[in-house]
Amino acid sequence: MSTPATVLVLVDHTPAGALRAPAEELCTAARAVAAAGSVEGVWVATDPDDRPGDAVLAALGALGVARVHRVTAVGADPRTSAVVAQALAELHAELHAERPARAVLLASSFENKEAAARLAVRTGAGVVTDADDLALEDGTVVTGKTVLAGTWTTRCAVRTPLAVVTLKANAVPAAPADVATEPEVLERAVEADATARAVTLVDRVERDTSGRPDLASAHVVVVGGRGTEGDFSAVEELADVLGGAVGATRVATDEGWIGHDAQIGQTGVTISPRLYIGAGVSGAVHHRGGMQASGTVIAVNNDPDAPIFEIADLGIVGDLFTVLPQAAAELRARREG
Amino acid sequence: MSRARTPPVAGGAGGSLAPVRIVVCVKHVPDIQGERSLGEDGRVVRDGGDGTLNELDENAVEAALALVEARAQEGDEVVALTVGPDDAVEAVRRALQMGAHRAVHVLDDAVAGADAVGTAQVLAAAVRRLGEEAPVDLVVTGMAGLDGLTSLLPTLLGELLGVAALPLASHLEVEGGTVTVRRDLDHATETLRAALPAVVSVTDAANDPRYPGFKQIMAARKAPVTVLSLDDLGLDPALTGAAGARTQVLLARPRPPRQDRVLVQDTGDGGARLAAFLVERGLV
Ligand SMILES: Cc1cc2nc3c(=O)[nH]c(=O)nc-3n(C[C@H](O)[C@H](O)[C@@H](O)COP(=O)(O)OP(=O)(O)OC[C@H]3O[C@@H](n4cnc5c(N)ncnc54)[C@H](O)[C@@H]3O)c2cc1C
Ligand SMILES: Cc1cc2nc3c(=O)[nH]c(=O)nc-3n(C[C@H](O)[C@H](O)[C@H](O)COP(=O)(O)OP(=O)(O)OC[C@H]3O[C@@H](n4cnc5c(N)ncnc54)[C@H](O)[C@@H]3O)c2cc1C
Repeated sequence: MSTPATVLVLVDHTPAGALRAPAEELCTAARAVAAAGSVEGVWVATDPDDRPGDAVLAALGALGVARVHRVTAVGADPRTSAVVAQALAELHAELHAERPARAVLLASSFENKEAAARLAVRTGAGVVTDADDLALEDGTVVTGKTVLAGTWTTRCAVRTPLAVVTLKANAVPAAPADVATEPEVLERAVEADATARAVTLVDRVERDTSGRPDLASAHVVVVGGRGTEGDFSAVEELADVLGGAVGATRVATDEGWIGHDAQIGQTGVTISPRLYIGAGVSGAVHHRGGMQASGTVIAVNNDPDAPIFEIADLGIVGDLFTVLPQAAAELRARREG
Repeated sequence: MSRARTPPVAGGAGGSLAPVRIVVCVKHVPDIQGERSLGEDGRVVRDGGDGTLNELDENAVEAALALVEARAQEGDEVVALTVGPDDAVEAVRRALQMGAHRAVHVLDDAVAGADAVGTAQVLAAAVRRLGEEAPVDLVVTGMAGLDGLTSLLPTLLGELLGVAALPLASHLEVEGGTVTVRRDLDHATETLRAALPAVVSVTDAANDPRYPGFKQIMAARKAPVTVLSLDDLGLDPALTGAAGARTQVLLARPRPPRQDRVLVQDTGDGGARLAAFLVERGLV
């Protein structure tokens, strides 16, 4: 039996105060690592009105979160990674005095990796990024991770008393706790240190979300490449029928057919949805690096030799402009019929 | 790396400005177009002979060179820095071909098996050492190593050196002793600013790396590369390598290829087959 410990979870949320999907998965993973200890949420408030509402607290309670620490910052913008890291480091030190703190979990994103790096230097913790599994083995945090463009699986132990782990979305299915809690909200004002003050956030423009699910955590992603020739309507139609997100290759984003934030791949967003559908996508290695860990892969391409077919569970050699609309119509008819 | 001088870097022409020094970190990685593998110890096999400069670091070199060229000042310097085994020298050679003025290769068996923090310790020690010769104004890295892909290095370096870290610049400006970057994140676009010295990483959208010509390639072949050990850097080997690693790979194995793959030619019912497949697999 492992001793009960504290696990901190950074609760990512939208500017409107809604939980981002991986928060639920993180809390689920955190319970396993806490071993009947305490899961503590950390809510970094981006403005004075930004606080966890009743619905959010109920959701976190169902996931077994004991307390939520609402962080505000003095002297620096709370949306910078240095402030987030400082808050996590201060909370870690304080909570650790009550009960050993074993892990800090964050959703895998570029921003959170910055906070993770800072936390590693400040607390002496080992960091694992992009984990897709998390377990406690004899008191040690052990992570699973798919690497080298989805072609290798690794298991990696963290040797330090504290583990900092960024967890990929869709890796650990969210599940409610056996016993729901009523999380208490604790206010914490962070006085920005020299590192936090060194960087000025001149401006930050949130992008509107098109009403579709978040690309990084969506269960279904339909991706368009050069083969769309800039016409994403068939891709969007199928994504909407499936309740999925729309992604793109770098060619499509470079051409300006769709926003840069839709780019999937090694230099874009890494996704591992239950279902990936690529249309007019050749399957270049840079692209595969960002999607090869997906559950089921379907490819529609008019070239039978396209490399993406090598990693597709179902490959359809055909024109995306006829195949996609037909699939969407079939699915719609099924739903209505 | 710290300095008391105003302003260390300024844009535009004219004026007698102090020379600028930029350190650009370049990593040698296995070619991503080739077969890549992990060894028994969970480390990337790096002796396959088909290693290259991490292509994202070409953007870092380009960014550093462009900053210096825009100033057109005598005495400015771009130093390429790599940490890695013998073959890693190819990464700094490539940077020299592109136009870097100097190359430093930290080569020491004690670095083998380092994790991200352990690698950052070595890079930070090397930057500090370079800073003792003459102040370093800016450290530029790529957005990720295409093997490790942690993207931790730039922020780790900033923390260890005690200077601002501004990762993921798709646009980079240095003017009057401050650096400003624009960056695209998952949900937002940001502009960050900090005083120099600082660490930045640049994305592949930041620029189009130059392609060295025959003359540059030949010249780089003869250019000296400074080789430094941990001892030279005064770094305690316990802080890096397998000894200092805070993470330990327990197991590494290739993933089996996807089973039961189906490839069909669309003969008019391709979309219907796609829909049926989703229903069959319980994906709708
Ligand atoms: C598949 C795999 C997974 C790994 N996962 C983890 C993990 O989860 N946690 C962990 O602590 N370590 C991990 N490591 C080890 C870690 O990646 C390396 O030790 C370290 O060198 C960082 O490499 P990176 O490619 O991740 O760096 P990144 O942070 O992605 O690289 C960013 C930039 O830093 C510079 N840079 C990186 N390495 C060097 C170098 N050696 N010399 C010069 N410049 C450099 C380059 O400019 C590069 O573009 C992993 C390694 C592998 C192969
Ligand atoms: C450093 C670096 C980083 C990169 N990072 C990324 C990244 O993160 N993500 C990324 O995606 N790319 C990245 N790239 C680019 C990558 O190498 C490929 O160029 C890109 O993924 C190809 O995009 P594509 O599949 O849309 O285009 P193409 O390779 O041109 O493929 C288009 C495909 O569409 C098919 N097609 C055409 N018309 C139709 C039709 N009517 N119906 C069906 N099929 C059709 C064609 O047969 C072809 O296979 C990177 C490159 C570099 C150098």
